[in-house]
Amino acid sequence: MAYPSDRKYTKQHEWIQVGGSSVTVGITDHAQEELGDIVFVELPKVGAEVTAGKTFGSVESVKAVSDLYAPASGKVTEINEELATSPEKVNKDAHGSWMMKIELKNPGELDGLLSSADYEKFVAEEGGH
Amino acid sequence: MSAVDATTPAVRKTALNSVHRQMGAKMVDFNGWDMPVEYPASIGCGIVNEHMAVRRAVGIFDVSHMGDIRLAGPQALAAVQHISMNDASRLAVGQAQYSGLLYPQGTFVDDVIVHRLGEDEYLLVINAGTREKDFNWVRENTRQFDCAVENLSDDFTQIAIQGPKGVDVLQKLTDADLSAVKFYWVTRGTVCGLKHILIARTGYTAEDGFEIYVPADEATSARVWNEILYAGRDFGVVPCGLGARNTLRLEGKLPLYGHEISDTINVWEAGLDRFCKMEKPEFIGRAALAMAKVEGVKRTLVGLEMTERGIARDGYKVLDDGGHEIGYVTSGSPAPFLKKNIALAYVPPEFAAVETAVKVEIRGQGVAAKVVSTPFYKRPKKA
Repeated sequence: MAYPSDRKYTKQHEWIQVGGSSVTVGITDHAQEELGDIVFVELPKVGAEVTAGKTFGSVESVKAVSDLYAPASGKVTEINEELATSPEKVNKDAHGSWMMKIELKNPGELDGLLSSADYEKFVAEEGGH
Repeated sequence: MSAVDATTPAVRKTALNSVHRQMGAKMVDFNGWDMPVEYPASIGCGIVNEHMAVRRAVGIFDVSHMGDIRLAGPQALAAVQHISMNDASRLAVGQAQYSGLLYPQGTFVDDVIVHRLGEDEYLLVINAGTREKDFNWVRENTRQFDCAVENLSDDFTQIAIQGPKGVDVLQKLTDADLSAVKFYWVTRGTVCGLKHILIARTGYTAEDGFEIYVPADEATSARVWNEILYAGRDFGVVPCGLGARNTLRLEGKLPLYGHEISDTINVWEAGLDRFCKMEKPEFIGRAALAMAKVEGVKRTLVGLEMTERGIARDGYKVLDDGGHEIGYVTSGSPAPFLKKNIALAYVPPEFAAVETAVKVEIRGQGVAAKVVSTPFYKRPKKA
């Protein structure tokens, strides 16, 4: 399966993974493929508050800039510093290249997100991929 | 899918459309044309790889969406002289030049490459987005001349073979002696078994290269495309889409219609003075340009390089150091070969000096940039 079942997905093509005490957020393989060569990832500062459905940063490819939308609300506890110097890692391994870790404000928000199967179906319907 | 209503023109396709799709290209609507923006990473492509292939080796582009207008007849030269700003009387048979078609106010109908194919025969290669407008305009403005004007836009599949190894790849497929064809000259020869094919040493990548014009039927087009890829395999050839075409031309400061030039931008503002021959006694736009020259320009096209993290994009505002709006970005992108974030922008002349510090407004933030000399990239001269 293209999309790991150990996490949830948004229709804006982010994933969120709850693993023990830490919650990580990134973008999907479909998103990186659509963007093309990623050259710049802009992330919030540690300590910032992000809100479900609102932008928390942006990702730029050679041809375009796209906003990143928070899958859930919370406080940023860590960002992936590696992406500042190696943004192309997202192209190589989108599901392994997390962008930020957050402390969930309302874990119930995750219930409204897509499962991997639902996300895969959504992508197929959206783009004919 | 939304329903296509009567006012929506059908998306146009080149003869190579199904070839691009089979290769897995990402397709976009470009001025009403369904065109490849980039080919997949799985075959070594993507904008950055395609761009680098053209700078270092060779890449091929389907540019069949470009239009072609032929002017032929006893007064063909007089007609071309009347409608274009460069001096076509300087062209020998087999030579080409960059030029502009202008409105009476000195702004652009389009930019073109004028090829002199015969004693009284010229071919204008024009932009995809302005095909119909250009043809109607050329026909309208050449009525008084004894010269036939033909729209050949649908007759050719135009393939650009660009990069330092382009000559080696094409030479394998043609009997024409390409070493005898200088930059901005054309010849004819047998290509992939097709006789009398127009071969021009032109391009839009700031690199050496060729553009060939083959019959536009799908089978022939696909065969030629595939034979070029096959002939180029030892040279590192890759197919390239419009994404790399844009970043390549931006590094070379080659203007794009609707961005650096348009119907509201004149020749002096765009800095295309050397292609505009005011010593010609007459051409459309000349009188207004003579006046404009005396008045001086209020804005001028400059190259910018971001000095802080951030990428300028088309349409972003340019600010002075104090945050006041002074201009706008016409084209902006990361430059894959130069590995800098660059842009072209219109600013008042007092901000045009190299090293002038400005800002580009990126999502509400002023991000530092400086004016740099252009072109950003110049291909190395051959020894």
